[in-house]
Amino acid sequence: MLKNRIIPCLDVKNGRVVKGINFVDLKDAGDPVEQAKIYSDGGADEICFLDITASNENRDTIYNVVKDTSKKCFVPLTVGGGVRSVDDINKLLNCGADKVSINTAAVQNAELVIESSKKFGSQCIVVAIDAKKNGEIWEVFTHGGRKNTGINAIEFAKKMEECGAGELLITSMDRDGTQVGYDIDLMNKISSIINIPVIASGGVGNLDHLVDGIKLGKASAVLAASIFHYGKYSVKEAKQYLDSKGIPVRI
Amino acid sequence: MNITIVDYNSGNISSVINSFKKVAQNKVNIEVTSNLKKIKSSDKVVLPGQGSFKSCVDALKNISGLVDTLSEFAIENKKPLLGICVGLQMFADIGYEETETKGLGWISGKVSKIDNKDGKYKLPHIGWNQINIVKESKIFKNIKNNSHMYFVHSYEFIPNDKSVISSTTDYSTKVVCSAEKENLFGTQFHPEKSDQIGLKIIENFINL
Repeated sequence: MLKNRIIPCLDVKNGRVVKGINFVDLKDAGDPVEQAKIYSDGGADEICFLDITASNENRDTIYNVVKDTSKKCFVPLTVGGGVRSVDDINKLLNCGADKVSINTAAVQNAELVIESSKKFGSQCIVVAIDAKKNGEIWEVFTHGGRKNTGINAIEFAKKMEECGAGELLITSMDRDGTQVGYDIDLMNKISSIINIPVIASGGVGNLDHLVDGIKLGKASAVLAASIFHYGKYSVKEAKQYLDSKGIPVRI
Repeated sequence: MNITIVDYNSGNISSVINSFKKVAQNKVNIEVTSNLKKIKSSDKVVLPGQGSFKSCVDALKNISGLVDTLSEFAIENKKPLLGICVGLQMFADIGYEETETKGLGWISGKVSKIDNKDGKYKLPHIGWNQINIVKESKIFKNIKNNSHMYFVHSYEFIPNDKSVISSTTDYSTKVVCSAEKENLFGTQFHPEKSDQIGLKIIENFINL
């Protein structure tokens, strides 16, 4: 039986982890490579890096991080943040990323999703959708959640599937950083209308939220950042908890 | 020993390279090339493959003499070859992804879309799933039955002769996830992304 995945996400800025794990035995708490290795040794099913480097001069730092990580971690590695072109995707894949997530550029230019999924295969194209409730609908936001687009997130999700995305990473802007749980309605609605896997993101504060994301939100995978960063729970504890709730996980 | 990972522009092979280099350390020489001479003189060959069946077959054919060199290596000289993902799928006679495309015809059979039971099962089949080992395979030495492997695919290899199947995995149906016929080995899952247990399979292939 296919297992539900737990994906810890690390925010990386100028090649350094922002909000890293606070383990005393860490040699360098800001080193993304070392943190990724801790996650993969702990049973993470995938690792996700979100590059939040703002300045263009420092954009190359992520390539070295990906290169080093892919030599030490032998689970899938997804990298997103600032991906604008086929060339950006190519560079990340050549450095050792297994999947690349596209956010703003997918909204601005759906052709990029079509072209890159044809060129590299759907399996490595993840479209990341940031959505916020606006009245009765969820609206797509871009530029790290700063710009609204007027686009209906559910319709956009369907469109991205048609364009060739292999997976969708859905983040609820309302829940992100709140620790009150995923937006289950949003996850469930999107997961029900598309046939590719949904990765739920935004709002995890405890292990029951992961359970809800899978059981109620129908997500194939759950992504979380802060509950793992601060050592509140380990990936192993999260998996054992999911297992105790009857959710199939790789243990 | 020389192992060649065939680089034929089939998409992203850096994870395959990293995993083989990690296992090989300095004991085995890992080449990444499409150079025909180097392939001919190798002891073992790894044929990765990402993207569609058609795009991989087209990419192989685009390099003049490559298909013949690989056939000579694997079929005439019977040297060990490991196909990964679409690399395995191309062993078949024919594939149906995008459009009907002829494969290498090394193990007779076809490559068809996984039955998603009218949308009940999501495709691609992405993530970790357990393998049921159905016959002894040299690359599964010290690999426990029901081990987890990482998969990402929508199509599966269906060989005519079921005795070449070495493992299956339970999804919408019993999906074929590895095959072995004499010197030919293939995995639908990605050993290079299947953590320590996947590296063990790579080690088994290197140690054949």
